[in-house]
Amino acid sequence: MIISIASGKGGTGKTTVATNLAVSLDSRVQLLDCDVEEPNAHLFIRLHMEETRIITTPVPEVDMEKCSLCGKCGEICQFRAIIVIGETVLPFVEMCHSCGGCMEVCPEKAITETTRELGRVERGHRNGLEFVYGKLRVGEAMSPPLIRSVRQYTRPDMLTIIDAPPGTSCPVIASMKGADFVLLVTEPTPFGLHDLKLAIGAVRILGIPCGLVINRSDIGDDRVKAYAKEENIPVLMEIPFDRRIAEAYSRGDMVVDVLPEWKENFIQLYRDIDKIAGAKRSAS
Amino acid sequence: MKEIVVISGKGGTGKTSILAAFASLAKSKVLCDADVDAADLHLIMDPDIKERHDFESGHTAVINQDKCTQCGLCRDLCRWNAISEDFVVDPIACEGCGVCHYFCPEEAIDFPLNTCGEWFISDTRFGPMAHARLGIAEENSGKLVTLIRQQGQKLAEEKNLDLLLTDGPPGIGCPVIASLGGATAVLIVTEPTVSGRHDMERVSELAAFFRVPSMVCVNKFDLNLDEGQAIEDFARERQIRVMGRIPFDPVFTRAMVQGKTIFEYDGHSEGARAVKKIWEDLTQGFEM
Repeated sequence: MIISIASGKGGTGKTTVATNLAVSLDSRVQLLDCDVEEPNAHLFIRLHMEETRIITTPVPEVDMEKCSLCGKCGEICQFRAIIVIGETVLPFVEMCHSCGGCMEVCPEKAITETTRELGRVERGHRNGLEFVYGKLRVGEAMSPPLIRSVRQYTRPDMLTIIDAPPGTSCPVIASMKGADFVLLVTEPTPFGLHDLKLAIGAVRILGIPCGLVINRSDIGDDRVKAYAKEENIPVLMEIPFDRRIAEAYSRGDMVVDVLPEWKENFIQLYRDIDKIAGAKRSAS
Repeated sequence: MKEIVVISGKGGTGKTSILAAFASLAKSKVLCDADVDAADLHLIMDPDIKERHDFESGHTAVINQDKCTQCGLCRDLCRWNAISEDFVVDPIACEGCGVCHYFCPEEAIDFPLNTCGEWFISDTRFGPMAHARLGIAEENSGKLVTLIRQQGQKLAEEKNLDLLLTDGPPGIGCPVIASLGGATAVLIVTEPTVSGRHDMERVSELAAFFRVPSMVCVNKFDLNLDEGQAIEDFARERQIRVMGRIPFDPVFTRAMVQGKTIFEYDGHSEGARAVKKIWEDLTQGFEM
């Protein structure tokens, strides 16, 4: 089963929920940190990384000896990543989406592919937990291909927990697509609610069952709960504001280590998710 | 014209609350919400929308089943596995590269322009505002950020205002890159946590990469004094201006719940006083 943990608004507690859920379960668990722009789970899981892979994407390279300056490459490129200027062809590799169109269209076979670094994927494990995270190269604009590289580590024989990035656009979709359940972590504030509605819109486009965790559940107002009730979205966990939790987080400590009574809550959270996702599976 | 962009790396550190507070203090300015993916500034600003425009960007392939001979060339060429065995394009997987459309021997693939959001010009009680809404699950957020900043600049020129206050997105990817270019400076709002520090370091590297001067302020400073100090030490080492500390103050949440800036809610609160000090240093530093 794949559980993707998302939120819409940033800073609501995705990483807290993802890491504590992952270490609370006895089953074989994989935690994939797909927030590759700002990955944080490794600051809490803190295990020795055994493997680092540099992830690249193909980009064009032009052999000017063969090029006839016909301009077809610039014509097919939707991303303005290759342009004929005067007597030369300029590839802007940072803009390239790696579709291969320019190479395919070139009548002189003057274009080959080299690579651009997207970032790194790191992997480590401890006992039954496998942990993988992606780290986008600073300056790189495109995170979805790196997210897909992290997700290639998904193993069907394990429970996969994905820590997704904030927002509702392509990186979030890349982190939720194909999941069996999306757990949305929110806070009961106007910003939390507004961005939660957007996130639920994204989950519904993908047709995945979802549930809520309300973090800092005693700050703000009641509108998130009223909305959940109206939309028939189950609230699976509430975490009240507790300065001890906030301080543990600030140091990189896990909630279940500082307040061990929370472990049972995370186990129950998983049982509830399994029940909902299981019901959906048998229905389809 | 000067433009200050508030970014954070990590989400939820207080970017929007602090930008809204600045809006209460700045005299003549245009507001710009460049967090188009999960825009929240309008929840405080309560904009009166004057202009509404579609945001059109990017294309998606659509196969015309009447013309398609199922030759399979498009499936061979598509690097996104976006075309199913029965030759239907998955619009979410489609990257909009147009390769299938270009090469289809039957000209059976259309490639229409997408409407992937809306953008607005509004009036608010703090002055004019440019903002946008990217459609859910859409791409091209960077282009919408660029557009909304251009609209903000245009508004400022028309109204003879010399400051643009821009609320940026979290992260370090495409929309953040689009929100930095050409800015006078970025203010990185972070929090004293291991995540806040890690993410602040990465986003400050990004600003340095694009040669945009950066400043940093630590929100909820008293949550962890050691982490707060470590952030400030890192900043000084990199010649990033440290703009002061904001205490953990529940007034920020209470103000947000009422749709007010912290100055409208309680201008004498500790949080408000700290933000005021930062704003004064900032305006002096940039002669605004």
